[in-house]
Amino acid sequence: MTGVITDRLTTIGADDLEALARGAAVLGTGGGGDPYIGRLLAAQALREHGPVRLVDPADLPDGAVVFPVAMMGAPTVMVEKTPSTERIGAAVAALAEFLGVTPTHIACIEAGGVNSTFPLVAAAQLGLPVVDGDGMGRAFPELQMVLPTLSGIPCTPMSIADEKGNIGVLNTVDNHAAEALARSLTITMGCAAIISNYVMSGAQARDALVPGTLSLCTRIGHRLDRVRAVHGDAVAAVADELGGRVLHTGKVSDVARRTLTGFARGTAIISGASPMADPASRSAAGDLTLEFQNEHLMAVRDGVVEVTTPDLIVVLDTDTGEPVTTEALRFGHRVTVLAAPTDERWHSPGGIALVGPRYFGYDTDPVRFDARERP
Amino acid sequence: MRIGIDVGGTNTDAVLMDGDRVLAAVKAATTPDVTSGIVTALDGLQAGHPFPPADVQAVMIGTTHFINALVQARDLAPTAALRLGLPATASLPPMVDWPGRLVEAIAGRAYLAHGGHEFDGRPISALDEDELRRHAADMAANGVRSVAISSVFSPVNTEFEVRAAELVAEVIGPDVPVSLSHEIGRVGLLERENATIINAALRELAAGIVDGLAASIAGHGITAPLYLSQNDGTLMDVEFARRYPVATFASGPTNSMRGAAVLSGLGTCAVVDVGGTTTDVGVLTGGFPREATVEVSVAGIRTNFRMPDVLSVGLGGGSLVRGTGTDTTVGPDSVGYRLTEQALVFGGNVLTATDVAVATGRVEIGDRSLVAGLDPADVAAALERIATDVADVVDRMRISADPLPVVAVGGGSVLLPESFPGLGAVHRPEHFAVANAIGAAIAQVGGEVDRVFAIAPGRRDAAVDEARQEAVDRAVVAGADPATVEIVDFDEVPIPYLPGNATRIRCKAVGDLRIEQAAGRRA
Repeated sequence: MTGVITDRLTTIGADDLEALARGAAVLGTGGGGDPYIGRLLAAQALREHGPVRLVDPADLPDGAVVFPVAMMGAPTVMVEKTPSTERIGAAVAALAEFLGVTPTHIACIEAGGVNSTFPLVAAAQLGLPVVDGDGMGRAFPELQMVLPTLSGIPCTPMSIADEKGNIGVLNTVDNHAAEALARSLTITMGCAAIISNYVMSGAQARDALVPGTLSLCTRIGHRLDRVRAVHGDAVAAVADELGGRVLHTGKVSDVARRTLTGFARGTAIISGASPMADPASRSAAGDLTLEFQNEHLMAVRDGVVEVTTPDLIVVLDTDTGEPVTTEALRFGHRVTVLAAPTDERWHSPGGIALVGPRYFGYDTDPVRFDARERP
Repeated sequence: MRIGIDVGGTNTDAVLMDGDRVLAAVKAATTPDVTSGIVTALDGLQAGHPFPPADVQAVMIGTTHFINALVQARDLAPTAALRLGLPATASLPPMVDWPGRLVEAIAGRAYLAHGGHEFDGRPISALDEDELRRHAADMAANGVRSVAISSVFSPVNTEFEVRAAELVAEVIGPDVPVSLSHEIGRVGLLERENATIINAALRELAAGIVDGLAASIAGHGITAPLYLSQNDGTLMDVEFARRYPVATFASGPTNSMRGAAVLSGLGTCAVVDVGGTTTDVGVLTGGFPREATVEVSVAGIRTNFRMPDVLSVGLGGGSLVRGTGTDTTVGPDSVGYRLTEQALVFGGNVLTATDVAVATGRVEIGDRSLVAGLDPADVAAALERIATDVADVVDRMRISADPLPVVAVGGGSVLLPESFPGLGAVHRPEHFAVANAIGAAIAQVGGEVDRVFAIAPGRRDAAVDEARQEAVDRAVVAGADPATVEIVDFDEVPIPYLPGNATRIRCKAVGDLRIEQAAGRRA
């Protein structure tokens, strides 16, 4: 993601959505929600309104008015009480009315998971282009955990809408307060709400967003399709797109989950190498332990921390390259763990304070992704 | 005594069992009407081991008939899908992601109405009885013959689905069957609703088939109750099968795995089921198949059925053998049911896996002299290829480095070696060719809970106990002997962001069928 991205998309149509959603699940690093529902919603909006134009952040005029939009809540609730597309556009419209401005662009605040698709719905409904980029380059669980926070862009005023027609606008003292207040509203709203926040100018968006992430997601998805059609190595293709490498291949031998401070926390052990394993394959001996809180946040081998948040730890189905969410991780699943670099800005002292391992309660310094193979 | 029958695509297998002992086993050709194949199989059992029909205590049937009907889009009833949840969920109406030809095949009509619940049991909106009556009148006017009702978070609160069913029945009449989603699927609205609609579309067919099955059993003077086997290896009675045909969908692989467990005496093992065109590999843990971890698509429709985790490879008795030495390949293409015309041992001109097995003397089928000219080195290479390919699939199914015994069943399992390198000996139990019918005969009865529990501090154990007790109670209601019921699966997933430590608990209990009481209830 830090490399130069050459083949950018200029539009996203209904045919791209399956690829986009699959790539978004990869960037979701185990969290971010199952993009299946989001894909269906976006497909409907794009069929109805036509393809959406994608704009490179670098091409945004200074005076552009960029409105990010997203879903806030529990993925488990969203698969049952499916969101209403009408409310996605309504959340943007309500905030625009409150601010007294006219949006010129829609943006994605979180490319990882289901929130890659909701901005497309709003853009299609409002006839606006979408910025090809996002506020994270991955998925994180809390509202303040975005690069715009590092750039000093306030989260609020933000709108929050439920499917019944209730809409609130919050104005908070800082981005952490926005998270706390919006969280309790979301729960009251039935735990699946649509939000629009971090409204920014074109100049701010150029500075604060990670460029090219929607293109990247779509490219990952299309490439998985192509590789599978020729029975190629799907996992290697994903690693290549992310500039990452395989940490471990094996079977899930244990998943322990616990609820603490409102997160689905847990530990998964991936056991590698069986006597039958081909020595030439990428199976590594021993266990890799993953620590997750919605997203995978830390990979540990033999007591040594190998990679931590904010770098990407991605779990894929070994055979298909299909991303596996932390909720779907189950005993016996055959998976491959990849690590990949995150946006450089997350490694700044401010970034580490926001999303480093200590913020999530792990008593360790961050360990950066190292692209070199282990000796 | 019990009779187990497996109605597959090609063969109808039947066994007569006394406890775990096989008294007689037969294979008959499956017939388009299903029932005459079963009659032939029952005749075969009588001939093999004459028995007084009154001594049969239960008949268990596993069938792929309903899933085949869906895949082929035939014999499906005109069906309406009614969903309660407005103003939520309107953007993705029922059948939104279905293949068009299946929506057409069921003349599918989708209705949205107010109702539904939040994750914690609060209503999303009140039920609107007039709205429901209007929808039901429209269904009646449009020739709907079966209705599927879903409601948001009905696994948490079933009240609205139950009430809506009453209202629909008042308008459309009591003869139109109504299927309710909370009785069929798990959390996940679209997948649960899809399964419910499929179930509704199959109910007319199920009534006819179940009557036919009952008649063919009764025709043999057998008065014992009839059961059908379900996806998870447990049984349902005839009345349940009429109401929930969708629950039979994956019974085939499950039955052969459960049969393999009984035949081999191994509760934890890999089961390799070699048929004519494919080899299915599954893993048993504590006597039950491990379930698939991903959503399962059936005929292009996404559902959340309980399906066994099975890896299939295109390798069986009819597989084509090509090449020599280390370049030898076996499958994935196959002569299929034309084996008896095209294989060398039957006078054909295609070299198949069966020819190779006959050449080595592992099995006597057809005319062995017709394969006498094969180069022994090529034969050995082909068998080596089969062993390597199957061993690889088995290894991928293992969940730990610990040794996992391998049990081979199915008619094609003669292709497998006595042992796999690195995996150890292959158990090929007696009656391996009819393991699926045996699996049906020994099937048990189960009950399942899948619900979101609000767990107050310090109350986790109470919630877990409540879930376990509910699963046990459901198994007993379904016909299990209370003394034998045990929890076979338990999964607890905390839901992020929800207050009160909301936790999704999934729990399954299974026990032996209460034979005497079941027979008495029928009499």
